[in-house]
Amino acid sequence: MSQPESAVADAQAGGRSGQEPLAKLAKRYGLRRAIARPRFPVYLRQLWQRRHFILTYATSRNVSKYSSSALGQLWQVLTPLLNAAIYYVMFGVVLGGRDGIDNYPAFLLTGMFIFTYTQRTVTAGAKSISGNLSMIRALHFPRASLPLAYTIQELQQLAISMGVLLTIVWATGEWPTWYWLMIPVVLLLQTMFNVGMGLVVARLGAQMRDLNQLLPFISRTWLYASGVFFSIQNKVVGTAGLPQWVADVMYLNPAASYIEWMREILMGTHNPGYGHHPPATVVLSCVFWAVFALGFGFWYFWRSEERYGRG
Amino acid sequence: MAELTKELSQVKGEKPAVPGKDAKARPQPEPSGKRPLDVPTGTPTVIVDDLHIVYRVYGAASETEKGNAVNALTRLLKRQGRPQMKEVHAVKGVTFVAYHGDAIGIVGRNGSGKSTLLRAIAGLLPPHKGAVYTDGQPSLLGVNAALMRELTGERNIVLGCYAMGMTPTEVREKYQEIVDFSGIDEFVQLPMSTYSSGMGARLRFAISSAKTHDVLLIDEALATGDREFRKKSQERIRQIRESAGTVFLVAHDHKVIEETCNRVIWLHKGKIKMDGDPKEVIAAYNKG
Repeated sequence: MSQPESAVADAQAGGRSGQEPLAKLAKRYGLRRAIARPRFPVYLRQLWQRRHFILTYATSRNVSKYSSSALGQLWQVLTPLLNAAIYYVMFGVVLGGRDGIDNYPAFLLTGMFIFTYTQRTVTAGAKSISGNLSMIRALHFPRASLPLAYTIQELQQLAISMGVLLTIVWATGEWPTWYWLMIPVVLLLQTMFNVGMGLVVARLGAQMRDLNQLLPFISRTWLYASGVFFSIQNKVVGTAGLPQWVADVMYLNPAASYIEWMREILMGTHNPGYGHHPPATVVLSCVFWAVFALGFGFWYFWRSEERYGRG
Repeated sequence: MAELTKELSQVKGEKPAVPGKDAKARPQPEPSGKRPLDVPTGTPTVIVDDLHIVYRVYGAASETEKGNAVNALTRLLKRQGRPQMKEVHAVKGVTFVAYHGDAIGIVGRNGSGKSTLLRAIAGLLPPHKGAVYTDGQPSLLGVNAALMRELTGERNIVLGCYAMGMTPTEVREKYQEIVDFSGIDEFVQLPMSTYSSGMGARLRFAISSAKTHDVLLIDEALATGDREFRKKSQERIRQIRESAGTVFLVAHDHKVIEETCNRVIWLHKGKIKMDGDPKEVIAAYNKG
């Protein structure tokens, strides 16, 4: 990396301050260096102080996104509905992927909507820094506000998608049960994971410009590996005849875990023997990914805070 | 590095104006003869110490190595960097001290490093070498980057205020003041995309100057807007100076600078060519 690490720059300045009167003058009047990365706890506090900005920015983006279309905000409902219809016709009717699954529409849509939430957050997060350079170069704020705002924007979108999803699931004969109370828990864990992922890809996207070209392929591979259209258990062990551990490992993929848990909550019947409870490994995987991604994401993003927007 | 400093001092040697480097030597603000508005109190607010800024530009490929796939692959195999990436040494060893109550105009040709210097003072571009020391948080008058054209003026005021770091209470307090100052009246309910360019500029200036800034950096903001609004904004800048802040102003309209500033820095190819009284510097600049 050709640009100096901040530590190097600091060391140079420290070396200069011994002889250079200007640095001394600055010190005498309590002037501070304009560029400095705050310590991690301070950074998180600054971020919390910016919560109004993050929320307003997310909402504003959602409003402005549809402002040029005639139907306006209605698209927030129409988009997931149309997607659902296409996926159902393609994978349910034409390709006949429904074998062995009782309520295929509910199965497919749960997978699709949950996966889309993570996928869209990652895609948007990768552009959150590189697409806002003018703002980063003009205003002071903890840079993590941007990926966070993008995640919240997707969360607002998800709230509408979930309404559509629950209506369809209910219409296809899955009656609400007490287990539905677990839905917010799963979504909270998934949101934690998404926030972390958004932060990681935001830094990657800011430093590797080719990431945006690569992401569609990565997310498509992820889509197929997460069992959105099919049951991992049925296809991997049943159809392909692979050993059970392959399926178990595939369920540890965070997207597959969140999808699996949500399907258990909503449908319960597709994995006989467990009822509405997912296997313990799936629950552990969900919690692990949420905590790990969130912690690592903030730390990883913060490490590069003062270098965003350098060009 | 030593070479650069030598060069710098040579350049300065030519002009017996008030070079920033000497500024540190004087303990007191200099005689009021040099400063038409003798507000400076002698305490520095911004110290720029031998500042170098280098930034990278992407996508500036020359005609011969323009991006076709074969070239790109060869480069990858040979482990060469991207030729589209150019390093631009925009600021080459700038040194000066700004004091409380200073309004400093920055003049220079296009590409002389004026905007880059402002960004570095604002702490938005990391120095390649040297340092910028500031008292409080300098802010660039550049809230427009956060605004969205599709949204109403109303929403943009709130968004812009939050983007500058205001609290909800502050936003409520300032809202009416911003609307009044911008003078856009009932247009505040309409999307900003329907505004004339003058109205947009007025609203942006109103939003960004609503916050109390210790050090305010203005980049070509006063060029737009009608005469009446220009008067208003100059008045606003004077207020900021009186509240013991420091204002930096980049403008191509030298009349604005002469009317607003008490000191002018002339940047030429990333170096300070002259630093001193507005009339003298601008006269020299116009001659050169």
